[in-house]
Amino acid sequence: MTDATTEMAPYAFVRKEQLEQQPAPLSVAGPLAWVRQHLLSSPLNIALTLVCLYLVVDTVPGMIRFYFLDAVWTGTNRDACLADKVGRPVGACWAYIADRFQYFIYGSYPISQRWRVNIVFVMFALGVAWLLWTNAPKKKLGIFFFFVLLPISAYVLLLGGAGAENFLRTCMILTLALAALYVVLSFAPQIVRFYIGEAALGVVEQLPVWKRFFGPKQLVLFALVIFGFLSLLASSPGLPRVDTGLWGGMTVTFLIAAVGIVFSLPLGVVLALGRRSRLPIIQLLSVIFIEFVRGVPLITVLFMANTMLPLFVPQEWSPDRLLRPLVGVALFAAAYMAEVVRGGLQAMPKGQYEGAMSLGLGYWSMMRLIILPQALRIVIPGIVNTFIGLFKDTTLVTIVGIFDFLRTIEATLVDPTWATPTTRATGYAFAAVFYFLCCWGMSRYSIAVEKRLAAGQKR
Amino acid sequence: MSTTSAEIKPGKASLFYDPKIRGYVYQFALLAVVGFLIWSAASNAIENLRAQKIASGFGFWNNAAGFDVNQKLIPFSASGSTYGQAFWVGLLNTLLVASIGIVLSTFLGFFVGVARLSSNWIVSKLAMIYVEVIRNLPLLLQLFFWYNAVLKPLPNPRQSIELPAGFLLNNRGLYVPDPQFGPGGNLIIWAFLIGLVATFVFRSWARKQQAATGKQYPIGLIGFGLIVVLPLLVYFATGRPITFIYPELAGFNLRGGIQIFPEFVALLVGLTTYTAGFIAEVVRAGILAVSKGQTEAANALGLRAGPTLKLVVIPQAMRVIIPPLTSNYLNLTKNSSLAVAIGYPDLVQVFTGTVLNQTGQAVEVVAITMAVYLTISLVTSLFMNIYNKRMALVER
Repeated sequence: MTDATTEMAPYAFVRKEQLEQQPAPLSVAGPLAWVRQHLLSSPLNIALTLVCLYLVVDTVPGMIRFYFLDAVWTGTNRDACLADKVGRPVGACWAYIADRFQYFIYGSYPISQRWRVNIVFVMFALGVAWLLWTNAPKKKLGIFFFFVLLPISAYVLLLGGAGAENFLRTCMILTLALAALYVVLSFAPQIVRFYIGEAALGVVEQLPVWKRFFGPKQLVLFALVIFGFLSLLASSPGLPRVDTGLWGGMTVTFLIAAVGIVFSLPLGVVLALGRRSRLPIIQLLSVIFIEFVRGVPLITVLFMANTMLPLFVPQEWSPDRLLRPLVGVALFAAAYMAEVVRGGLQAMPKGQYEGAMSLGLGYWSMMRLIILPQALRIVIPGIVNTFIGLFKDTTLVTIVGIFDFLRTIEATLVDPTWATPTTRATGYAFAAVFYFLCCWGMSRYSIAVEKRLAAGQKR
Repeated sequence: MSTTSAEIKPGKASLFYDPKIRGYVYQFALLAVVGFLIWSAASNAIENLRAQKIASGFGFWNNAAGFDVNQKLIPFSASGSTYGQAFWVGLLNTLLVASIGIVLSTFLGFFVGVARLSSNWIVSKLAMIYVEVIRNLPLLLQLFFWYNAVLKPLPNPRQSIELPAGFLLNNRGLYVPDPQFGPGGNLIIWAFLIGLVATFVFRSWARKQQAATGKQYPIGLIGFGLIVVLPLLVYFATGRPITFIYPELAGFNLRGGIQIFPEFVALLVGLTTYTAGFIAEVVRAGILAVSKGQTEAANALGLRAGPTLKLVVIPQAMRVIIPPLTSNYLNLTKNSSLAVAIGYPDLVQVFTGTVLNQTGQAVEVVAITMAVYLTISLVTSLFMNIYNKRMALVER
């Protein structure tokens, strides 16, 4: 009705057509409005903005000048970084980092043997990428690689010597024996009836013998490839023993972190299951261990590992100086991991347990097939956060005399070759960048996983 | 029909598959393994100690220590003090740095946490940078930074940096004017304590009154009067009995005043800033956990911004904040053991460091140290659990 009247209105001053849309006024949209809203919305905010701006202007240009504009990038000794020798104000002495870079990575590891460390680094990077990349193929193989093959390879490659070679030979023989057993079994599938089940047996028996190979074929083959590669290296360039006293730098930092990860995760799962167990003694022992370790600082655990571990074993078994903090760190991280995993176990709805039981699954099958895969997936962010803490805590081994990355920095700071007024600031900045990139990268990953996990809950 | 259903009994499993018996077997086996480990560790330890000719037992506790400690809250000297006294010196130093650190990091953490939620862009970004940088760097590196890169390069005592109010800063630490109490000086402290107690009494009375009658009393104003103005009045009434001894240069060193050692300053600053980064995140999560509807409802009731925050948001946020806050306090206490890296004489440095090296009695010394930290952890979590129960949501 009204529409019709407007259209037919005879008045000349009534507009007939729609106006073009106008941009919002400057006071609500655009950069000026943004500044007004986010920086100058009230007297208090204006004051805060001014204080913060003063802080930024006071520090940032000075830092840029110190670390970049006035920095010294090349040189062979301290003369390059002394203001009166160079004749200009000198900032950060990056030449010192460049000169000592190898030492920061390998410590005192013999120069001719450093390729061994490099191989371990590459394998470690491969394993990490395999596990972290969500769509990577053959995840099970990746887990086997990271948690079994990598520790063995690292031990053989980094330490070397007769002991490591014997260990490698033993691993090789065991794997070959396992493979042989599988092959033999494939001639008589009836023996492995429980493994493949009654129904599948008929199908298997119809296959020709060479296609019947049972067992985790890929894992065995992969292990054989890696072990073969290692023994090749052991025979042709040779793997002479490198004492752990010579290890240092990022190698040791990553080693401690990796050992902590590899051992604390399985141990933490076992402890968490123990804490949730209905068997009172198992539960009690788990609770005592977890609460005890979480109640004391890592340093006391390291002191304990350093001074008491050698007492607790017969004298001829006295553990290596590097092994002691490794045991301490792994046990310490396991207790924290157990609490994270317990959170995941408690978050599982009861129906999952009941469903598994109603299918007739026993305790271990239920945990392995139903509960743990779900529980571990939802606590990935918590696990990564524990790893970040663990990675930062690796610096504490400095205190019991292990040359980790931070210790190598400290060691070069007292070396007169590079003693200048700016060396310390440079060294600490380098260490800070290294630790920040590692920890920040991990936390970004955990946030990304959290988002992906939450995607299912979004509406 | 009913008889048949009653007759069906669960099939009797063989003993091998009986879950009860299996449970007993598992537990017995575990107990046997753990028992064997402990037994073999103990017997090895006894043998090794005998071979190394190290005494065992706690007899060393009363032996003369023969070393000195620079910062001590109780009398301690190289001549005539025992290892037992060294333990107390270290423990008190740990408690000192931990308690001051907890208070300071709470304030800094709440400040940064609120700043991260500020509507002011630059404030929230700076707070974010602070949190990200602090949380992603190892505490040990930060302590080295504060101690070696900030405090060590300070000028020597002759060129001390003069701060306001007679404070002096140099590479031997921070020198604070030493207050001296003249006659009647104790009265001021008493007045302060009385004011504190009276404020608490008045507050609980005022709250009961408000609950009963709805009448509000100016708690903040009266509290200020009792705690600040009352001691000031006493101060002037007794003829200003507090005087300060200012630190002065004497030869190559400073004399007078209270010396706060650089190790203590570095540790306190490092622990405070580090823990504050974590507390800030806890606070932010707690405030974000209070749904927006709560604020809107408070506004709809006519509450202004201040009372909304005080009466609606913070009480609900505290429920989320307290449990992780507790664990951060405990972390700070445990992290104070990093003192050993920069030479602050805390429990670990004095007892697990020096005393262990001198006596060689690793088992006893480490056990005592661990017991102390365990006790601190358990007591703190006990108190925080009680407080948490009081704050927790009462559901009907």
